[in-house]
Amino acid sequence: MNKDQFLLAVEGLTVSFDGFKAVDDLSFYLDPKEIRVIIGPNGAGKTTVLDLICGKTRATSGSIRFRGKELTKMKEHQIVHAGVGRKFQNPSVFEDLTVFENLEVSYPEGHTVMGSLAFKRDTAVMEAVEEVAGTIFLKDLLDQPAGLLSHGQKQWLEIGMLLIQKPDLLMLDEPVAGMSVAERRQTAELLRVITRDHTVLVIEHDMQFVGDIADRVTVMHQGKVLSEGSIEHVKNDPKVIEVYLGH
Amino acid sequence: MKNSSPVKWLVSREGLYYLALAVLLVLVLPALLDSFRLNMVGKYLTYAFVAVGLVMCWGKAGILSLGQGVFFGLGGYCMAMFLKLEASTPEATAQQSTPGIPDFMDWNQVTELPWFWEPFHSFSFTLLAVIAVPMILAFIIGVAMFKRRVGGVYFAIITQAIASILTILIIGQQGYTGGVNGITDLQTLLGWNIRTDEAKTTLYFVCVAMLFLCLFVARYVQNSKFGRILVAMRDQENRVRFSGYDVASFKVFIFCLAAAFAGIGGALFTLQVGFMSPSFVGIVPSIEMVVFCALGGRYSLLGGVYGALLVNAAKSGFSESFPELWPYAMGALFIGVVLAFPNGLAGLYQRYVMPLEDRLFKRGKSGDAGNDDAALSGSLGAEKSS
Repeated sequence: MNKDQFLLAVEGLTVSFDGFKAVDDLSFYLDPKEIRVIIGPNGAGKTTVLDLICGKTRATSGSIRFRGKELTKMKEHQIVHAGVGRKFQNPSVFEDLTVFENLEVSYPEGHTVMGSLAFKRDTAVMEAVEEVAGTIFLKDLLDQPAGLLSHGQKQWLEIGMLLIQKPDLLMLDEPVAGMSVAERRQTAELLRVITRDHTVLVIEHDMQFVGDIADRVTVMHQGKVLSEGSIEHVKNDPKVIEVYLGH
Repeated sequence: MKNSSPVKWLVSREGLYYLALAVLLVLVLPALLDSFRLNMVGKYLTYAFVAVGLVMCWGKAGILSLGQGVFFGLGGYCMAMFLKLEASTPEATAQQSTPGIPDFMDWNQVTELPWFWEPFHSFSFTLLAVIAVPMILAFIIGVAMFKRRVGGVYFAIITQAIASILTILIIGQQGYTGGVNGITDLQTLLGWNIRTDEAKTTLYFVCVAMLFLCLFVARYVQNSKFGRILVAMRDQENRVRFSGYDVASFKVFIFCLAAAFAGIGGALFTLQVGFMSPSFVGIVPSIEMVVFCALGGRYSLLGGVYGALLVNAAKSGFSESFPELWPYAMGALFIGVVLAFPNGLAGLYQRYVMPLEDRLFKRGKSGDAGNDDAALSGSLGAEKSS
């Protein structure tokens, strides 16, 4: 079978920090338009997997192929241009810039030094920003400095910053952590919209939420895949109950 | 931010601040001051070039360089080398053992003009070098540091070390550089005597014009998307990287731009003061330059200019009456800035004077203060986040 028919193929991925293998011979595959959720106990290596895919951490060995391109040798910004977007666990938005400017900076044009000097705020940019702002419930706050947003709104803004890049693969690290119940509900709705036309890789603990959105679930434990399959499958897997879901 | 027409911009709030500075520098000061004092103001203004560069580099992008004196000095030395060669004609130096080379070379038993002095016979090469030499060094330092993700305090320390190294190099290579005395006794520029009062006044106006040119370049960069990326990098470098930007090349560019400004300032310093020496290159002057910028307000281009003017004026005033007290006053000033008003004079202005202006002109629309006054703003956000 041709590996490149997967959107993302992670094979034999290993990273060791001073001998400690945070991710150990990990393999998994994502189909186009799939929603995959990674769950697992703290320290299982979930965030490290996202770090490896987006280039923040370099793999010790193994391969990450995205649409046929090997990501492990590429620089962070090249991986972004290849079509991988990453949201961090703590909302990281540009607090001194307005919501509009945050989205504009993420707009996929003018990404070189000269390009950004010559960049013009034309109607295409305005429209893209407004469309995304509508999706992430921030349409009325475009001129607001991002530093003044609530925690939940910052999370949405960061998701919006990814959406405007038009990535093929979106990676979200605990998108609903620290959110109020109402915000959580809105975020689930937002993710449902996003997942219509993106492949999404999510790390999440909230099993209710996972059940709502996941096509397939990968359970990680000590840097390895413990179980993989539908939410029902992993929920009933005795190994998963043992190490993660509790007795 | 919409600059629909230059005239409209000039009557906008930001435009008026620039206009006020222009009126001060072009009309008020020349009318009030004699040519000796005006020449001193011209000297202070050369530091404003460095301060404007630091606003871009440190204020906007968060890259603190404690070695801007290096670039100021390089620009200054390039100009000084040209002027020195012009002053060292074989006729003027006939009593030397090797006529036609700068006097200090002769004193140091150098008998031939070193190769790197040769191109400085050409004025156009010199003008290019004033900008290019600082930029090339900044580029090398920038690539070496930023590609390896060296930043923050480590970067500051390394720039300081470079300032120290360059000073030692200049002092040590007396025969090629004039050593600790520097390059002195500069008389004419293309046959034009730069020592006369009229020449000094003309150079003052050249300096003001160049400063405005640099301000407008900086303002363009600040208001472009590049400027917003700089601010974004200062906040969340990783987010910028994972939004698809090669962060290092943006840092290299802004560091080179600041170096170019400093180089221009240095060249104008040499022209107005008539010499260049290592005492404008090393660690102490480099840190003083950061103080100008901090005091004026490191987020504000115009703040940087006023900071350079005021601190230098205070320095001259103090040094004339109590020379030994100046370092303490300077230290106190810096501590005051850091503790009491971290956004400098521009920050104070923004907080206390701007609301008055608003009331005075009934410009109630708070929204337009944000973008319009990009020159003095930027600190708003920082104030809130700190």
